[in-house]
Amino acid sequence: MALLDVRDLHTTFRTDDGLVKAVDGVSFTVEPGQTLGIVGESGSGKSVTCLTIMGLNDRRSAITSGQALFKGADLLAMPKNQLRALRGNEISMIFQDPMTSLNPVHTIGRQLVEAVHLHQDVSRSSARSQSLDVLKAVGIPNAERRIDDYPHQFSGGMRQRVMIAMALINHPDLLIADEPTTALDVTTQAQILKLMDTLQKEYGSAIVMITHDLGVVAEIADDVVVMYGAQVVERATAEELFARPSMPYTWGLLGSLPRIDHDVERLAQIPGTPPSLLNPPPGCRFHPRCTYAMSICQSEQPPLASATGSETHLSRCHLDPATRLTEIKKLESGHFAEVT
Amino acid sequence: MADDLLVVEGLKKHFPVTRGIIFQRQVAAVKAVDGVSFTVKRGETLGVVGESGCGKSTMARCIMRLIEPTAGSVVFDGREITGLSRHELRPIRREMMMVFQDPYASLNPRKRVGAIVGEALEVHKIGTATETKRRVQELLEIVGLNPEHYNRFPHEFSGGQRQRIGVARALAINPKLIVCDEPVSALDVSVQAQILNLLKDLQKEFGLTYVFIAHDLNVVRHISDRVLVMYLGHAVEVATRDALYHHPRHPYTGALLSAVPVPNPELARARQQILLEGDVPSPLNPPSGCWFHPRCPRHHPGVCDVREPQLVAAAGDHRVACHFPLERWPMNAAEMAAPAASASTGAGTATGAP
Repeated sequence: MALLDVRDLHTTFRTDDGLVKAVDGVSFTVEPGQTLGIVGESGSGKSVTCLTIMGLNDRRSAITSGQALFKGADLLAMPKNQLRALRGNEISMIFQDPMTSLNPVHTIGRQLVEAVHLHQDVSRSSARSQSLDVLKAVGIPNAERRIDDYPHQFSGGMRQRVMIAMALINHPDLLIADEPTTALDVTTQAQILKLMDTLQKEYGSAIVMITHDLGVVAEIADDVVVMYGAQVVERATAEELFARPSMPYTWGLLGSLPRIDHDVERLAQIPGTPPSLLNPPPGCRFHPRCTYAMSICQSEQPPLASATGSETHLSRCHLDPATRLTEIKKLESGHFAEVT
Repeated sequence: MADDLLVVEGLKKHFPVTRGIIFQRQVAAVKAVDGVSFTVKRGETLGVVGESGCGKSTMARCIMRLIEPTAGSVVFDGREITGLSRHELRPIRREMMMVFQDPYASLNPRKRVGAIVGEALEVHKIGTATETKRRVQELLEIVGLNPEHYNRFPHEFSGGQRQRIGVARALAINPKLIVCDEPVSALDVSVQAQILNLLKDLQKEFGLTYVFIAHDLNVVRHISDRVLVMYLGHAVEVATRDALYHHPRHPYTGALLSAVPVPNPELARARQQILLEGDVPSPLNPPSGCWFHPRCPRHHPGVCDVREPQLVAAAGDHRVACHFPLERWPMNAAEMAAPAASASTGAGTATGAP
């Protein structure tokens, strides 16, 4: 059974300008011990998807429907106290900005001990020794001394390690990481990704990794979900996605990436900007920016269907398989679809 | 030389750290930029990479004289500009412009796009009001915006469009040099590609010279002809793009390159990363000798922590500041550390190497 099974998730926000459909029918599954990467540009709904699963949206403005089954129990229908017992215990989350997600007026030791006490009935000294162990596990040097330091005494990379320590302290089965390395430098990013990989092997946690960086996804994900305009537009294993991406948005994303491993004179750009979710375009959400757009794309929304005949590789596009195959071939040979 | 547009020699910027309220004594200095030298040829793009806090932005601001450098010389188009007064600097300011990182913070929210883009024309008293308007509309069209957006406010635009406004503003008075300080790091990948293509097109069309600062090595590789790698206020490596990416000589550059995520799962998982330990040290209290030695896998006790390496030619135009530059590339962490392992036996030969 899948550890997390998200089915047809919808999240709508009431705003002064009207209803914003931030998540529109998103489904995916996460298997135990696996890593799922969710990629998309800002505003594509990837963060809101995870906040909805965690029940962290503002209850006054968010309208949610669908199911998020964690070990068979629906997180969205769960009473508050039951959810609270799960969060930080079996499911935990790492937020993007390590500068603002730690409490600046408490020492990190106190914040870690708090997380232990919330979910385990243990003595103070045992909670502290657990905290110390997890700080050592995430590679904080001089953990015995640093445990009594305040967040501002740590650098960005170290703070992110503290965040990871806090998320892992109760050995969660599922770790949701929302852009955990975006605010960090490449060398620190490499350290953190390596650390997450090591800890995943050690504790056997499943990870949902939200990122806008396809490079990071290629590094650590087993499965990938590509989001665009609040919907899942492509879903595949990491190998398949990078070897045979099957829809124009993913082609555009891969083509617009300047790469260290090969040279292109001009990047393939996706014209225009991501759609407003207040008033999304009819038909396929991507059609106003798509170079392959046909008349059917403007009126009819393509279903998320198997693209290459494989059950694990789904995408949302009206293009016929033959055209897709030739385009994928172009990608393989390094000629990205140049938009003219 | 005639084809060097910008020559920077020994540029330093030390920010004083003071104590006391009325009588402020200087107790220390943050050495943000500490002796950087490089040249930029006409029509080329010099990429500047480094981690945050390495002094890239401070260096850019010193070149533009937005802040006063502590020492060193900046020769722009044959004229020394460090000693010039504000008045003398005016005509030179016409020829160098800057594009800033944050498209949300760098445009005045209370001014219309027309006024923002046309401000430089007004300041330098170029043309009449109608000419200015025509020029601004032309500029908006060049950067791919609708000229009718002349009367809009910055908040009406998306991040990518705002960055286009920033580029239009920099182009307004036909500068020779544009210093771009992380112009695409706040943008999404698809929009980032649009801006990078735009910058490349403009360079071809108007023969611009760029100093392009970024922390993303992929972006720098795409846009640069030559690349300068900075670490803790020092230039550690300068080379042509291909030389730098195919055969980096400095261990820091090697570590940076190996840390870049590659969007190809097979390659990404197969390669050996060189992970640096720890963080960038504080420029308030930099390490002795080579500024990189506490994190360097090739660290050589007795040499690297004593003598400061100089930026010397490794091969032709390829200059590197390292006592033990990398012999080849790619290398894994163990190979990279090899010279350090043999150091205890062959310290004499090693010190003779550079």
